[in-house]
Amino acid sequence: MVQFNETRLDASFAALSDATRRGVLEQLSRADASITDLAGNFHMTLTGMKKHVAVLERAALVTTEKAGRVRTCRLAMRALEEEAAWIERHRQLWSARFDELDKIVEHLKSKEKADARRKRR
Amino acid sequence: MPEGKEGSPAAMNRTAVERKSDRELVVTRTFDAPAYIVFEAWSKPELFKRWWVPKSVGMSLVSCDMDVRTGGGYRFVFRHPAFDQPMAFFGTYKEVTPHKRIVWTNEESDQGAVTTVTFEENAGKTLVTFHELYPTTAALEEALAGSAEGLPEQFAQLDELLAGRS
Repeated sequence: MVQFNETRLDASFAALSDATRRGVLEQLSRADASITDLAGNFHMTLTGMKKHVAVLERAALVTTEKAGRVRTCRLAMRALEEEAAWIERHRQLWSARFDELDKIVEHLKSKEKADARRKRR
Repeated sequence: MPEGKEGSPAAMNRTAVERKSDRELVVTRTFDAPAYIVFEAWSKPELFKRWWVPKSVGMSLVSCDMDVRTGGGYRFVFRHPAFDQPMAFFGTYKEVTPHKRIVWTNEESDQGAVTTVTFEENAGKTLVTFHELYPTTAALEEALAGSAEGLPEQFAQLDELLAGRS
């Protein structure tokens, strides 16, 4: 889970103090984008945009992933939301599964108690 | 995270899912029964097939062969209305320690997980820990995307089912 500690907040505020970086976050809130796309949209060199993205990444506001020669940037919050949704889907499957197991376990338990009572008689 | 009170039904029946690392999925739940009973429900095919595929998932288990002992094998065949062909899952039980632990492989591909389930008894209750370890992150993503597939449409149905029970 994300820890909003002081160092982290400092890094976030520093990252947000720049208009271009705020613009990048705003664009990423609509859709993921490659560094090349971002550089083009903000009329900037690739190297310049890489530096901005690195600052956002250090502040854990953005995550990046390289596939082939393309580095895709996305909002970190979105990655967290997706992970939470993923966990929730599996929790639903396993809850349903274990609820069924619970019923069988209860059934076996009561059967055993009944058997034990019968033996005692 | 809010925790239910010790021993309350909410705490008992809580199924926790954690993605422990990029290659591991861990599911835990406590059952109100001794370990040998939970183990029996897990290791006898006629009982196992009654819970492994919950109705809400929309799949049916066509056949279920299990030889739960070290070195034994399993083979499950499922049917899903969305697919023409049945799907088979199979593998080997690497380690079976009655009432304590079962370890099995999944061998449909070389990207299958190694699964360990442990049964820990404490004061008449049993904590079940289900742990899947995949060879790669991609294998985990793929396998689990597949297993949760077909779930969304059934979510409403599942909600009803769970609401009806509580």
